[in-house]
Amino acid sequence: MLVCEDLHKDYLVGNETVCALDDVSVRVERGEFLSVMGPSGSGKSTFMNMVGCLDTPTRGRIVVDGETVSELSRDALAEVRNRKIGFVFQQFHLLGRTSALDNVELPLLYGGVPRAERAVRAEQALERVGLRDRMGHVPAQLSGGQQQRVAIARALVNRPVVLLADEPTGALDSATGVEIMELFQELNEAGITVLVVTHEPEVAGYARRVLRFRDGRVIADERQPARMTA
Amino acid sequence: MPLVELLRVALEALRVNLMRSILTMLGIIIGVAAVIAMVTVGAGAQAEIDRQISSLGSNLFMVMSGARSRSGVRMATGTEMRLTEADARALKAEIPEIVASAPTMRGVAQVVVGNTNWSTTIQGIDNEYLVARGWQIDEGRDLEPQEIRSGSKVALLGSRVATELFGAGNAIGQTVRIKNVPFTVVGTLVEKGQSSMGSDQDDIAMIPLGAARGRVLGRTGTRADTVNVIFVSVAEGWMMDDVERQIAEVLRQRYRVRPGAEDPFGIRNMSEIVETRAEARQVFNMLLAAVASVSLVVGGIGIMNIMLVSVTERTREIGLRMAVGAKGRDILLQFLVEAVTLCLIGGFLGILLALVITFGIARIAEWPVLLQWPVVVLALGFSGAIGIFFGFYPARKAAAKDPIEALRTE
Ligand SMILES: Nc1ncnc2c1ncn2[C@@H]1O[C@H](COP(=O)(O)OP(=O)(O)OP(=O)(O)O)[C@@H](O)[C@H]1O
Ligand SMILES: [Mg+2]
Repeated sequence: MLVCEDLHKDYLVGNETVCALDDVSVRVERGEFLSVMGPSGSGKSTFMNMVGCLDTPTRGRIVVDGETVSELSRDALAEVRNRKIGFVFQQFHLLGRTSALDNVELPLLYGGVPRAERAVRAEQALERVGLRDRMGHVPAQLSGGQQQRVAIARALVNRPVVLLADEPTGALDSATGVEIMELFQELNEAGITVLVVTHEPEVAGYARRVLRFRDGRVIADERQPARMTA
Repeated sequence: MPLVELLRVALEALRVNLMRSILTMLGIIIGVAAVIAMVTVGAGAQAEIDRQISSLGSNLFMVMSGARSRSGVRMATGTEMRLTEADARALKAEIPEIVASAPTMRGVAQVVVGNTNWSTTIQGIDNEYLVARGWQIDEGRDLEPQEIRSGSKVALLGSRVATELFGAGNAIGQTVRIKNVPFTVVGTLVEKGQSSMGSDQDDIAMIPLGAARGRVLGRTGTRADTVNVIFVSVAEGWMMDDVERQIAEVLRQRYRVRPGAEDPFGIRNMSEIVETRAEARQVFNMLLAAVASVSLVVGGIGIMNIMLVSVTERTREIGLRMAVGAKGRDILLQFLVEAVTLCLIGGFLGILLALVITFGIARIAEWPVLLQWPVVVLALGFSGAIGIFFGFYPARKAAAKDPIEALRTE
């Protein structure tokens, strides 16, 4: 479902080449819940951005849902992001002065979904993250946890094949973080493939598979028993 | 993304920075207002010029004696000539395109009624004159041919003279004294307004040529039928060049001017003179055009500047939009629509401003206001084009952003 082969990513800083990803090969099957861990600067975000089609590797191959994305053009990548990827950021990245509903509709807008259908699907997505009664609120009127739920609804609204989250609880207090992780677990149980980057072992505990990075390499790929839901 | 959505996003972005948006529009507002005011005022001025030309009489030549070479140096004595009534008659007889050929004499004299007096232009005329100049009788009648022949003491008064001397009262049948000679007023003339030179054409009294030549404008040492100016009116405008050539030919023959020698007379095309004066107005128009184009360019640069600021401010938004599937084209369009919307609103406000300016100028100058709708549409189209032109660079910059870099900016 998700295949990375010999991924390399080099950055040129001044005259030096920084190797952010060094020969990473990973296979993720449909329906997996995978957490990505590792010290700061180990290449977790770089890896997620590759998988999320936000960035292209220097070398190597990425296949998402049967489509080799590592050699696509900018516009083609945008289309893959729109159709197949749901991305959740640490900073939420919601549009200010825009209602939760309109924020969630955004991917549908770029996907060319007709107006009426957009509203219905955005409502469904918000309902799924438990924010049905907050649809008209703008981000400033929502708590951090609620904002992240809106962001998750936005990631879900296009029915992606994979949900990618880069430190989704990083900007939240631990109680709210737990709520968000439980939401991911719930979504995973409903069949969605989930990849979560995190520093906290707590958070990683929700996943059934842990990928450990160090210096741009995968140093461990462990399976673990799923944590019980609350 | 559908256009409606793009427009909604654009309007929202402009509303958030309302003051900034309005200030940015200012250049466009002034530019568009100047363009429309220029064209509208120009059209009003042209209408005024057309009115002056038609008040001259249509397709008019003034034929004058007193030779001047092209360089303006007076010709040697001996070649000097004086036009006569016979010349006027000959022109009309020999050139079929001529409608009227009116010999005239002109001078200034006091016109007295009781103890009211008024200094005015005295024009000695024959029956061709009113036709040639397109004058209309208001009350009373034109001079009779018999009165012209005998040089009777009868007069036509211009409306200005009639009001100065008789107020609201009836002038017809009254007696006025010109250079102490009593004249009976037989008619008054319909008001004509200012000439292109700014003089009051209605400040005039007309009397038979013979009477004028005698005691009123009397000059000694000249032949009995000499005149100052012959006014020649021609049936159609397109005949003017040909008729001018024919007049010269007839007069050269009559005065036996040797081939190659300079004409001892001058022929002036009156409509051309007015049009030449009209060209002076072009200077004013050029000035407005300069203001307009500078303002539009500066306005456009302002738009570009603000759009660049907007793109920088909203880098994270751009990154997010790209992350959820916006293509370069979507982002490009979004910012282009924003720039064009800004310009179009500016253009619309400019049109309103132009209306105010135009009506103001028309009021002061007493010109007719001729709002040119095609120009209004053109101005709007032009401001839209400025939006596209100056908005393109910032929009392309936005579209070229890298989604990750964009999301990472603070
Ligand atoms: N745009 C860039 N230019 C140069 N170097 C970069 C760039 N992006 C990332 N790097 C480098 O690549 C390496 C991996 O960075 P990455 O952001 O993937 O780390 P991370 O594991 O996500 O760290 P953190 O846990 O702090 O978020 C780092 O050494 C970083 O300095
Ligand atoms: Mg990171």
